[in-house]
Amino acid sequence: MSEFFHMGGYAAFVWPCMALAVVVLGWNVLAARRLHALARERALRRTAAGKGAP
Amino acid sequence: MNWTWFHKLASPPHAYRIAGSLTPWFGWPAFVLIAVGLFGGLVLAPADYQQGDAFRIVYVHAPSAWLSMFVYGTMAAAAAIGLIWRIKLAHAVAAASAPVGASFTVLALATGSIWGKPMWGTWWVWDARLTSELLLLFLYAGVIALRGSIDDRGRADRASALLAIVGVVNLPIIHYSVNWWNTLHQASTLTKLGKPSMAGGMLWPLLTMLLGFTLYFGAVLLVRLRGEILLRERDASWLRTVLAR
Repeated sequence: MSEFFHMGGYAAFVWPCMALAVVVLGWNVLAARRLHALARERALRRTAAGKGAP
Repeated sequence: MNWTWFHKLASPPHAYRIAGSLTPWFGWPAFVLIAVGLFGGLVLAPADYQQGDAFRIVYVHAPSAWLSMFVYGTMAAAAAIGLIWRIKLAHAVAAASAPVGASFTVLALATGSIWGKPMWGTWWVWDARLTSELLLLFLYAGVIALRGSIDDRGRADRASALLAIVGVVNLPIIHYSVNWWNTLHQASTLTKLGKPSMAGGMLWPLLTMLLGFTLYFGAVLLVRLRGEILLRERDASWLRTVLAR
């Protein structure tokens, strides 16, 4: 197991790359959902304003 | 030919609903493929005889580099469709693509740099492959900044579409840079003519990751597209029915 984490001496290069990939993959999901939620909120406010009370 | 289906698909309510129901069909297979590909790449694949275990960086570097170009192609194609046929949904696709593509260009550059240090002895060289990939990041940044700097959405769509289309010329330059110039970057492994120069045990995790990343982009694009549609459809009556749910 420790051999696996050691990555043949390249641990300092392989694991940061994997971590960065996880960060980018995670950020894209969060950012996309946040955009959708924000757009939804704004649209709700718009339609409520146009119609009077929600 | 009957184009009714196309116009129906390009109408915001349909696109919004279809995008919503398609998302899990991209997202879950992407999740499984990336998990399997990472396991295959980090655990099952044998170490490279020259690069040792450092070669395993390829399993995130190559898919992110592929996406950086594939997303740009998608963005530019959508921008062109929006510009030529004046389809608002296409501009929404282009707008949704740009930040995703930029993030994967950053990932490709960063992982490439980290891989370069132990293999080439340097984090960065101004060779053709690295420089043209960096230019791709600037193109994404330009498209995003241009869109953000224009208040009128229609004009922002058209201006950023033009820039995106002009920037397409960089895609073949990136791809063929390793053949056209003497670069430090290694030549193509998968797309060269004939069979790929990679052993099967190393190859299948890479192909799995490439497919996983591509489906992942599909899922993220669909979620972003739904957001863009909501932002763009001012005062449309269908908004109320959609939001009521």
